[in-house]
Formats: sequence, structure tokens, C-alpha cells
Amino acid sequence: MVTLGLIYDRLRWEEKALAEAAEANGVNVTRVDAKAIYLDSDWSFSETKKMFGNVILQRCISYFRGLHTTAFLESKGLPVINKMDVSLTCGNKLLTTSKLSKAKVPTPRTLFSFTEEGALKSLQEIGYPAVLKPVTGSWGRMVVRLKDEEMAQAILEMRAHLEGPLDHIFYIQELVKRPPRDIRTIVAGDKIIAAMYRYSPEGDWRTNIAIGGKGENCKVTSELEDIVLRAAETVGGGLLGVDAMESPKGILVHEVNNTVEFKGAASVCNVDIADEIIKYALLVEKR
Amino acid sequence: MNLKTICTECTGEIAIPSDVVVGEIITCPDCGTDFEISESSGENVSIKRAETVGEDWGE
Repeated sequence: MVTLGLIYDRLRWEEKALAEAAEANGVNVTRVDAKAIYLDSDWSFSETKKMFGNVILQRCISYFRGLHTTAFLESKGLPVINKMDVSLTCGNKLLTTSKLSKAKVPTPRTLFSFTEEGALKSLQEIGYPAVLKPVTGSWGRMVVRLKDEEMAQAILEMRAHLEGPLDHIFYIQELVKRPPRDIRTIVAGDKIIAAMYRYSPEGDWRTNIAIGGKGENCKVTSELEDIVLRAAETVGGGLLGVDAMESPKGILVHEVNNTVEFKGAASVCNVDIADEIIKYALLVEKR
Repeated sequence: MNLKTICTECTGEIAIPSDVVVGEIITCPDCGTDFEISESSGENVSIKRAETVGEDWGE
């Protein structure tokens, strides 16, 4: 019998739904709180498998905790969803954009810089308004629409005072002319299992469900499917939340999420997302 | 006084100590989510999610 390892550091609705779906599929579930464990380099494959299961769903809410746990488990030969290389790419917007761009997956124009001075130069190049995002982070946190140079100077000055090294990598993106919504797709392997529009909440321009964005079922067009699946393949594949925008130039992929949340999508899409994810995990386990 | 509230994350039941004060952190026993007491007046207690999100938290 297959045992699924569910690694988490905060048990959200999604992790509960995944455990229930696994059990409904006749799969044993081992829940592992990443905050409460240690890992030993001397462990054998069998010892590690006994603790974690045959196939592992990495669900840590902390990117770095998840990344490093995955690195260890992969080193022991266990299949983890997602792979470490995929997590590394998707957890860093600069790496994601670079890969999408190299593979010619349509994505917004983005400028990277490494000092306040460089960031201001990049803004003069791309023009205002533009979007400043942290290279690592999620839920729309610290994503700012820079309306003019005065605002940019103030925000960049504040960023320069932050101590984290990643805070000094400036990721500045064109502000795409789009409807007040974007599209969240959930990809498992080579298939889109759910898609929804995310509408900005009142008083905000960002669409993240975590900050109050509202979901609506989205019909997957052939253009959307083609671009989203290419984006997923480009970052290394797996279980991904691929975010896209409807621009005057067509669909643009602006983000690929590595530990996709699906509570919002589950409430508006007519599909059992947790069940689809478990079925995908079982396919990975058989490989 | 036996106060309880419902976790907005997992719908689990959270017992609130009778001597709770505004600003105190309580944790859902089911899912581990931390909440801050935002209002407390007699039996009326309101909670909001505590600001404990790490910079690398997310999807």
C-alpha cells in the first residue's frame, strides 16, 4: 500500500483536504510537521522512506524550510512533489522570469537591478507606472505599483534599509494593461486541473486571494492551455500554480507557484482538486 | 465562563481563557494558526490573525 508523506509547517484547509482525498483513494497518510523534526545525513533510503512514505507532497508554507527539506529527501532517493530544482526556480521570481523568457513563454517585460541607483535607472527605462516585487515572497506581499519617480525613490530608499540580501535585488516589471483580474491555473503534470479568474478586491489592484481577491471559474482556451503548460514544463513541471494575465498582446505568464494553494479555486471550480492532486502523486510514485 | 470561538482557517474550535486580554496570542489546537485577541468585552471576544508571517511564507 502506498504511503503519502504530507510535509507541512502550518496545517491549512488544503492539507486537510489532501489528507482526506488520499485516504479516500486508499492511500496511507503520514503527516510530518517540518517544525518538529530533524533530518540525519546517515539515514538510509529505507529509514527515510519509513518515516516519510513512498511519495511526498511538500506543503511547507515557509519556502526555505520546504526547499531544504526537499533537498534532503531527494538526496535519499525519495520522490518529492515538487522537485528541489522546481522549488528553487519558482521560489525566486528572477529565476522564474529568466527561464520563461529563455523558453520564449510570453511573460511581462522585467528589469533586474542590484542597487537603489540601478533600480531608478531601470524605472527610467521601463517608465511609470511600473511594478516592484520582491524576488522571494508571495500573496502579493510587498508588491508595489510605483506611480512616479517620487514614490519610487521613497519605496526604494525603504527597501535599501532592509537587511535581507534578497531585499537588495530589485525586480521591476512593466504594468500590464489587463482587466481587473488575472487567471490562476493549477497544473498537475501535463494537465490543467483547474482554472479561475481572480478579481481584485475593492480598493486594491492586486488579485491575490490571500488579500481578498475573488475567484470565478475560468474556461480554459487553447491559447491559455498551450502557454500555461509550456510555462509549467519550462520550470521543470510538477504540481504548480501558474498565474497568467490577459494583455493586449495575448496571454502572459507572470508567476509560477510551487506550493499552490487551492481553497479559493476549490470553491469556484467544479472539480475535486485535492483528489486530482492525489491521483497525480500516485502517478509520480509509480514512475 | 467558558468562551470559545471558531478558527477561520480550519473551522476548528478554539477555547479562550477567561482572563484573556486584547493583544494576547491564542493558537488553534487543530491547525496551529495563531490569532490575536482584537476585542474583549465580557463574553464578546473577537480575534484576528496574528502577524507572524515570515518573509518567505506563501505559495
